[in-house]
Order: sequence, then structure tokens, then C-alpha cells
Amino acid sequence: MSLEILAVDDSRTMRDMIRLALLPAGFNVHTADDGVHGIEVLDGIEPDAIITDINMPRMDGFGFIDAVRGQDKHRATPILVLTTEAAPELKARARDAGATGWIVKPFDPAKLIKALQMVAG
Amino acid sequence: MSDPNDPMAEIRASFFIECEELLEALQDGLQALDDGDDDPETINIVFRAVHSIKGGAGAFGLEALVRFAHRFETVLDEVRSGRMSPDTTARKIFFQCADHLSDLVRISRDDGPLPDDVTAELLSSLNGLLGDAGIEEDDDSEEENIDFQPATLSLDLDLGGDDDDDGMGLPALEPDTSSDDGKFIIYFKPDNDLFETGNEPFHMLRALEDLGTCTVTCHLDELPDLDTLAPENSYLAWTIELETEAQEAEIAASFEFVEGLCTLDIKKKATADDIQQPDEETATNDASTEDTADETPDVPPAVEPESDQQPSGEDRSAPEPAMTSADSTPPAPKATAAPARQSSPTAAKSVVRVDLDRIERLVNLVGELVINQAMLAQSLERSGLSPHSDAMNGLEEFQRLTRDIQDSVMMIRAQPVKSLFQRMSRIVREASAAVGKDVRLHTEGESTEVDKTVIERLADPLTHMIRNAVDHGLENSEDRVAAGKPEQGQVNLTAAHRSGRVVIEVSDDGGGINRPKVMQIAIDKGLIPADASLSDGEIDNLLFLPGFSTAAVVSDLSGRGVGMDVVRTSIQALGGRISISSTPGEGTTFSISLPLTLAVLDGMVVQVAEETLVLPLNVVIETLTLTDNDVEMVRPGAHVVRVRSGFVPLFDLGKELGYRDPVQNYDGSVVLLIAHEDGSHAALIIDSIQDQRQVVIKGLDDSFYRAPGIAAATILGDGQIALILDTSDIITNAIGATGMATPQTTSGATA
Repeated sequence: MSLEILAVDDSRTMRDMIRLALLPAGFNVHTADDGVHGIEVLDGIEPDAIITDINMPRMDGFGFIDAVRGQDKHRATPILVLTTEAAPELKARARDAGATGWIVKPFDPAKLIKALQMVAG
Repeated sequence: MSDPNDPMAEIRASFFIECEELLEALQDGLQALDDGDDDPETINIVFRAVHSIKGGAGAFGLEALVRFAHRFETVLDEVRSGRMSPDTTARKIFFQCADHLSDLVRISRDDGPLPDDVTAELLSSLNGLLGDAGIEEDDDSEEENIDFQPATLSLDLDLGGDDDDDGMGLPALEPDTSSDDGKFIIYFKPDNDLFETGNEPFHMLRALEDLGTCTVTCHLDELPDLDTLAPENSYLAWTIELETEAQEAEIAASFEFVEGLCTLDIKKKATADDIQQPDEETATNDASTEDTADETPDVPPAVEPESDQQPSGEDRSAPEPAMTSADSTPPAPKATAAPARQSSPTAAKSVVRVDLDRIERLVNLVGELVINQAMLAQSLERSGLSPHSDAMNGLEEFQRLTRDIQDSVMMIRAQPVKSLFQRMSRIVREASAAVGKDVRLHTEGESTEVDKTVIERLADPLTHMIRNAVDHGLENSEDRVAAGKPEQGQVNLTAAHRSGRVVIEVSDDGGGINRPKVMQIAIDKGLIPADASLSDGEIDNLLFLPGFSTAAVVSDLSGRGVGMDVVRTSIQALGGRISISSTPGEGTTFSISLPLTLAVLDGMVVQVAEETLVLPLNVVIETLTLTDNDVEMVRPGAHVVRVRSGFVPLFDLGKELGYRDPVQNYDGSVVLLIAHEDGSHAALIIDSIQDQRQVVIKGLDDSFYRAPGIAAATILGDGQIALILDTSDIITNAIGATGMATPQTTSGATA
């Protein structure tokens, strides 16, 4: 099982953490620094799932999800939102934007992998 | 995390580096806010900086940092959303919080003791900004929420707000042994909306397998005829019999993402009888054997599981219309993708982080290359080749390349002084608060680049100078008003490149140096004779004497037993010089001049008494050949040389360094005219000028102690070692020895 993942987060630390969590589990991880960059990176790959932060410069997570869902081939691509808040309204907003699920930062690698398996196999 | 090879430790280190960047952005943003910038993006940047620090800190279990950042972020969010306006008080608290946040970052990095008092004080300031108790209460619960999360946090499996208890503490990794092997009957029917969020029942069912043994039954009874089938709709439902050790909450967690997007019923086996049993069209399916999802990811998932279970033509054909239909009806949000893409060309500056050791190694190697190139040049010259030969042409090119490489390598180490200046703005805030003065720091030239090592080693002396400026330089506000100045004092901090060096100035618009008082203190302390007559500049320089402190009352701020002499020593250790100028009633300016880099120097190679020496090229402004008429004797042993309209003190470098007795006949001697930052000039007699070239600075080992007049050493092209002179030191020593000027002033300062 080698799933291809796109992780979008403006924090280098978070990107590193995600990579560290997923690489040993055999995931193939691409990263991007913000929403705009994420869309650019997405152009060259076909990820099995996307992980995105919410608070980012240039284009935030909601805008990014919107843009991804706007692309035909990514209508059903699973998107997990990384959020520091466990607030229900944040989850609701993420879902409204078209997110598949959410992960609360900071995350446990095993849980991240499980969440990915739950949405992408 | 203590294991050095632990990748987490590496990320932790990189997190703290990132924090420094975020803190810098935070400072910048707050400063912009303070300057009246009302661009919403500014507060967004500030918010994001704090937010990212919080996010990372949580990952490493830095609880104090998380908690403080969280509250700070909450208040910033109020500002961001327009519910609070960042007035003067708020901005002041924000600055304090930013300072404290950077303290917490450093303390967390070094595992130091946490300054809980300050944290508590600032937290209550922040609470004060939030105002009414309602918000506070809300906050407390949120805080508990944060508290509750352990160092390595788990996925939050809290289900969208209906219950708070089962989410956080799910026993995911260790099965709860207290529960018997339970059998659960799960009924799951996705709503149409479920698929719009990108969820996929197939994956969910498979994920359930991790919990135990599943027997999945698919209900196809709602599946309409092909004519009426709407491919976007959900017609399928499943009943899963799950044999598991897991708790019900854990099973529910598997459906967390689709909460509210499906009909879900989880029951213990015993009570499961009332679940509707499937009709005759039942497909029993062991989910693990199913593998079609990977091959047909574009097929709307609702119709997938039965597609290879039901080989009949009707069912198989279902996916096809689904695909075409999906293609022909693009969803509404598509339009938003286009503008997003257009804004993308501003590609982010790509940055590579490199271990400093590697750069040091490179710098050293380039130094060796420079030496090697010089050696090669010398041996080619000796071989008597024509200057137009290919070899000599090639050598020239080689020289140019070497220099380019050297410049490029030096650029790697160069950093803008901005970070340093930001630290100083904090010093000003703290210092002015401590002495109760209203002070504004004005900075200029933040983008000026200086060698990283220089920047690091400038922090302490600059801190001291800034504190001095606030504490001693500026008058208190009553005196300022009385003198007709604005109540708010100003401290300026500027950096600029000037003739191959970096000049950093700290100035204040205070009362200037109180010269009679400085004189008196120096006389009282026995630093100068009571009858000494000093020029203004010489009096100012008394401040650099060891053991000099002007504070009549030693304040808790700058009176820490560290005098300007220590500042001067640290600047000199960097190959720099510091000078002072002051106008009564208008203020004082300290000027530090530093080499751009500590590694390479543009030098003039000279011969004195059989010794090869190197002088920094930038201090040499002119070379002269003397005639007897140029030299005048002021008194025995003290000569001046006439240069155009003025006179400049003349010294024999050979004598000053103790190589030989003073030259008696000046006719035909070669002299270098030396100029210093403070505007003083001197002429140095040498034997001959050999070359003008870049030399690699090799520091003298500490065991040489600090030889007066010697800055460092270098290796020349022929492999010979040459000393690099500190001309300012030599001249001040010489002045002291010959009594050319008033001796006590400056000789003491360089001791």
C-alpha cells in the first residue's frame, strides 16, 4: 500500500512532522507551503488524499479545499483538515467547505495514518 | 526526544528555528500595527505567527508555550475578526506578549525554568483585554481542553459537539480488556451528502476491520432500475456484524467524519434483533477481499461494493453512466479554482537550511584556495613567464574566479541585521519601562547584511549601549520639556555599508555628554591628573576607560559593573572600532565600524625591518615618499609630517613594533597615511610596499594573549606567516608613548 499524500501547511515543523509520521508507513508524501502552492503542486500529482492546514498565507485551507473540489478529478479526493481547535463549528465549516475529515493538531502518527486509511484505504 | 538520532529531535530543533522566523514576523507585524498599518493581512500575519508557534509547541508537549500562545492567539483573533480594536494599551500588551512568547520559546528550547509569574501577569493583561467574564469563562473551558491533551496528542475523535466525553480519551492503542469480546451490529446508510465530502464507505468499512472481524452485508433493496438511477445519489446501506474487543465509542469514532451525513446505528449484539434483516438481494461480503477501489477511484463510491459481487448486466453497467454523468455536470465551485491559479506566479523564495559547521568548512577551504592561488601566482611570476602568456592569462581568470567564489561564500554567512535590531527594540521597551521614560526606537538599514558571527557577537555590546542611551543618554521627560524637546525621547539605531565596512550607530536625542561631570569623575577616580587639559573628544573618550561609570546613582538597569570599556573590547575583538561624538543639549552618537566579514581582509602587504606585515587596506588613504622638508619636529622624539595644508603625527612603524631604533633620516622614507573612524590621521613610516591583496585572516590563538597593535595573522602566498596590524591600536599606543597628544586619554582605553 503506497498511498500518495499531499500535505499543505505553512509551518515547516508541521510539514516535517507529517512527513515523519507518514514516510515510515510507506506513504508517498508531497508538501506545499500554502493554498496557492498546494494547487500548483496538485497540478503534477494525483494524490490519494490531501491534508491541509487552515490558517495559511495567500490562500487559507477553506479556499484551498474549495479550489480542489472545484477541479473535476478531485471532487471525491479525500481531504483531511489539520486544525488546532476541536471546536465543533470549525469542523462544521471544514465539512461545509468539502473536507472529508479532520485531525486535531498536534497529532499522533498512528492516528493520522488511521484517519488516512479511513478515508483513502 | 533525548536521543540525538531521533528524527523528532531534529524536527524539534527545526521547530525552534522556525519559531525564530515566526517571532520575527510577529515583531514586524506588531511594529506595522503600531505604525498605523491597518491592512487586514498584517493582523493575519501576527495571528498566524502565534498560531503556528502554538501548533508546533503542542506537538512537542511544550505546555507552557501552548497555553500562553493560545491565550495570546485568542485575543489576536478578536482583533482579527474586528471585535476588538488594537488601541495603544492593547498594542503595548501585544508587544510585551510577543517578547514573553520569544522568552518562552527560548526557555522551552533550553528546558529552562519557566517564568510563571510573568506568564500569569501577562495572561491576566490579556484577559483584561478580552474584557467581560463571559469570554473568560469560555476561555477557561477551552484551556482545560488544552490541558487535557497529553504531550503526544491523539487525533481528536470528538464527534462534532454532541458529547464531549468519549472523544478525547479513546483507548485506541490498548484494547479495553474490561469489555468482553463484544458483537456489535452496525447499520450504516450514507446520505447523498456523504460523497460530496469525499468520504468513501468502502474505506470506512475496511477501517472497521482493524477493530475486529467483520461480516458485511449490503442492502441493495433501494437500488432503482438503471433508467431511474441518479449516479450521484446513495442507494446502498450496509449491516456490519463486528466481533471486537473495542468499545462502542471506538466504533463510533470510525464513523466520526460522516457524523450527520448518514444513518448510523450501533448496537450490541444482544439488542440487535430489531435491526431489519436484509432482503433476498443480499450480498455478503468480506470487505478485506475487495480491491476494486484502487482500480476505479473515479466511480461514485455508492455503487461500488456490489459491482463485482453482482455480475448481472444491469448492476455492472451502473458505474458507467455514473462516470459520464459526473464529467458532464461539473460542480459549482469550479470557478474559484481559476483565480486561485492566477495568483500563483509569486513563487516563494526557496531556502535551504545548512548546518553552520558545513559553511565554516567551506569558508576555510575557500581561504585555503585563496592562499593556494597566491602561491601559484608567485611561482608563475618567478618562472619568468611573459605576462601575455596563456598561463598568466589563465591565472588572471583564476584570480577573478577565486574572488567571486570567496564573495559568494561570504554571502552565505551574511545575514541582515534585522533580527539584531528587533532584539534591541525589545531592550528599548524594557529599559524605558524600567526607568520610567517614554522612548521610541527608530531603526534604519535593517536589511544591511553582516557576517552571522558578527551579528551574534554584537548583541551584548549593543544591548549595553542601548540601555546606556535610554538610562544615561536621555533626560527624563520634565527636563526634556524644559529644554523644549518633545516629551518622548528617541533612540536611533542605524546600520549601513560604508567603504567596505559596516557602520552601526546608536544615537539619542538626549542632553549630550556632561563633560565637566565626566572630567570630575575621571579625576576623582584617579584616571587622569587633576590638572589635565583635555579636548572635548578626549573627554568623551574617557567613557571607554576601564572602571569608569558615570551613573551617580547606580541604577538597576545599566549599572551592572559592565562599562563602556567592555563594549569597546568586544567591538575590538570583532576587528571593529567604536567612536563617540556628542553635542551638549542635542545628544550623543556612538559609532561602531566593523569589517564585513571576519574571514577575509583586503590588505596592504608592507615590509618593515625585514618583516612582512599586513595593514587593512581601508585605513590607508594615501601613500607618500617623504623629503626632509615634509617633516617637522614638535619636540624631541615627536614629529609631524606636512600633508598638503595640514600636519599629521608621524610614527615609525618599525620602532613602534619594537623591530628597530627610530629612523633618523626621513628623506626618501615611504609613509602610509592612515585615517580612522574618529577622523584622526597619522602617518606611519614603512620600508616598502609589496602588494595589495586579499588575505585570509587566521586568528591568533588565545595563548598569545592580546598583543598590542596586532589584530590577527595571515598566511601569504609564499607560505610565510605575516601579522595583520591594528593600526588604531598602534597609533594610540604611540601617541601615549611619545606624548604627542594628551597621553592618558586614549592609551588607557586600549590597555
